[in-house]
Amino acid sequence: MTTIQTQEQRGERRFGLTHNRILTVASLILFIGFLIWAQNNLDPYKLRILNLCAIYAIFAVTFNLIFGFTGQLSLGHAGFAAVGAYTAALLTMSVAQKQANFFLEPLVPLLANVEWPFLPAILVGGVLAALTGLLIGWPALRLRGDYLAIATLGFSEIIRVICVNWQNVTNGSLGLKGIPGHTNLYWSWGWAIITIFVVKKLVDSSYGRALKAIRDDEIAAEALGIHLARHKILAFTLSSFFVGVGGALLANLISTIDPKVFMFFLAYQIVGITVMGGMGSLTGSVVAAVLYTVFLEVLRPIESPFSIGPINVPGIPGMRMVLFSILLLLVILFYQKGLFGGKEFSWDGLFAIGGKIRARFARASVPPATPPANLKEE
Amino acid sequence: MTILLLDNVVKRFGGLVAVNNFSTQLQPGELCALIGPNGSGKTTIFNLISGIYEPTSGKIYFDGLDITGKRPDVIAGLGVARTFQNIRLFKGLDVLGNVLVGQHLRVHSDPFSAMFGLPNYTREERMMREKGMELLEALNLAHLAHEEPSSLPYGQQRKLEIARALATEPRLLLLDEPAAGMNRTESQELMDFILHILDTFELTIFLIEHQMRVVMSICPRIIVIDHGVIIAEGAPADIQNDQRVIEAYLGVGDYASG
Repeated sequence: MTTIQTQEQRGERRFGLTHNRILTVASLILFIGFLIWAQNNLDPYKLRILNLCAIYAIFAVTFNLIFGFTGQLSLGHAGFAAVGAYTAALLTMSVAQKQANFFLEPLVPLLANVEWPFLPAILVGGVLAALTGLLIGWPALRLRGDYLAIATLGFSEIIRVICVNWQNVTNGSLGLKGIPGHTNLYWSWGWAIITIFVVKKLVDSSYGRALKAIRDDEIAAEALGIHLARHKILAFTLSSFFVGVGGALLANLISTIDPKVFMFFLAYQIVGITVMGGMGSLTGSVVAAVLYTVFLEVLRPIESPFSIGPINVPGIPGMRMVLFSILLLLVILFYQKGLFGGKEFSWDGLFAIGGKIRARFARASVPPATPPANLKEE
Repeated sequence: MTILLLDNVVKRFGGLVAVNNFSTQLQPGELCALIGPNGSGKTTIFNLISGIYEPTSGKIYFDGLDITGKRPDVIAGLGVARTFQNIRLFKGLDVLGNVLVGQHLRVHSDPFSAMFGLPNYTREERMMREKGMELLEALNLAHLAHEEPSSLPYGQQRKLEIARALATEPRLLLLDEPAAGMNRTESQELMDFILHILDTFELTIFLIEHQMRVVMSICPRIIVIDHGVIIAEGAPADIQNDQRVIEAYLGVGDYASG
């Protein structure tokens, strides 16, 4: 009986207005306040970095859903991002801009005369990416492990090649220029928060438990009545929807896209960020995405010429990526579970760390003669 | 009314005949054991019933319904649950989580209500958790609900796997060597446990066992197979004295004694 009571208490704590919930809401309000302040006061360069943080967070969280929680190594993120980006770009660009862009071959009339607001363009971008995901996932998710990775990577390249060659829709390798810069902190972080919320709700639900079961043991999961293909496709499609949204946000942030943006290097970056953050940890993905984006900017000076004492180092473009690779290697060698190691941030966890530090200070100043009674009980 | 019917089931792996013309019937509420030496095809028969393998020929019926060649998840949905010889718990989920996965096939809410936390899903989730705790309570595992399965002692892991299978609300439970790796007292305890769930959950249980003595006391009917063929079938006392069974287990000789 005692265990059932604790279960009920847990339930109450989860649905009631508790200490932790107040803290969460307060920090969310604080964060929104920060976004409003940042949007109005920071210079465009810093704003762009903050926006990129959110977009990479979306990418990493969705990759975590498909790999960290469902165990399916898919490297198709760049392709889905391309679908979302091109869709949103073509829908939001002004008619005049499109005419200026498509000078080799005119844009198909269906798209040439439309100029949509941002929200429907994002949603259509996401839905088209999700449909692409569904189409690719259907056959590809029968494959396992490395084979799935190779297949999805191949599909992603196919999408890129289509972008290069579909002249009267994507403008080929010339790309699209002059995409309106609709993306601001509210859009990017708003979508990031929606993504985190939805993915978190899903992985904590019965469907999420089924996904984790598939990750841990497909045979046992199937013997328990879990339809493997349906669940994998669910995760894959949801993941590609939000990647498409991320792509749409990216296109309207950087205002110029071409097929090169969506090379498989983008997929590798996403894998790297997610691994560094920790497989199966959404907070890890977000923190790693922010750290990665910020570090990449902080490290920008090392690509320009500099000198250490008498040694003159010429500017080497791509030097940051070398450092990123070294960092990733170090994480894989010494910190395999990533920053958060599959666990989520929680206030209790934070207090526990705080308590430990305080206890250490207390012990340093006044060594207790006997351990406290409540410690013994545990 | 038979709940499980295997009709001349054959399974070949290339040139190897793992199961040869296997036919049997199980009545509702029955507890039947399938025993045989290593490699005699016991687990293959379970894999055929639960849909992991498709028979080369022959038919399998569950509750009058032809389930030959159906997918494992479909068969589980019809009411056939199983455990595995090598424990296959989900290590990324706690004890309660493992049981809740077993309930997943009975979930009514669609994924969208789950990912937006809509009231119909929240209600169902709460009911699932209550039901899961009740099941753990009934099997004396409730105090371990929030432990990681890998931290449990071996016997408890076996029990948890059975609990997880029961969570799918089966009518037929297939237990693949549940007493493997247990000593005499532990396996005796487990057999009592199996008798207990047989009554409580209105089940039919088909049980694989390697050691004969474990099932002697509790199973009214025992099927013995060797090289994929039934060599004996009947009450424990008959099986124990069957010359072919003794030969299959111990080889031809005169020193056999169970």
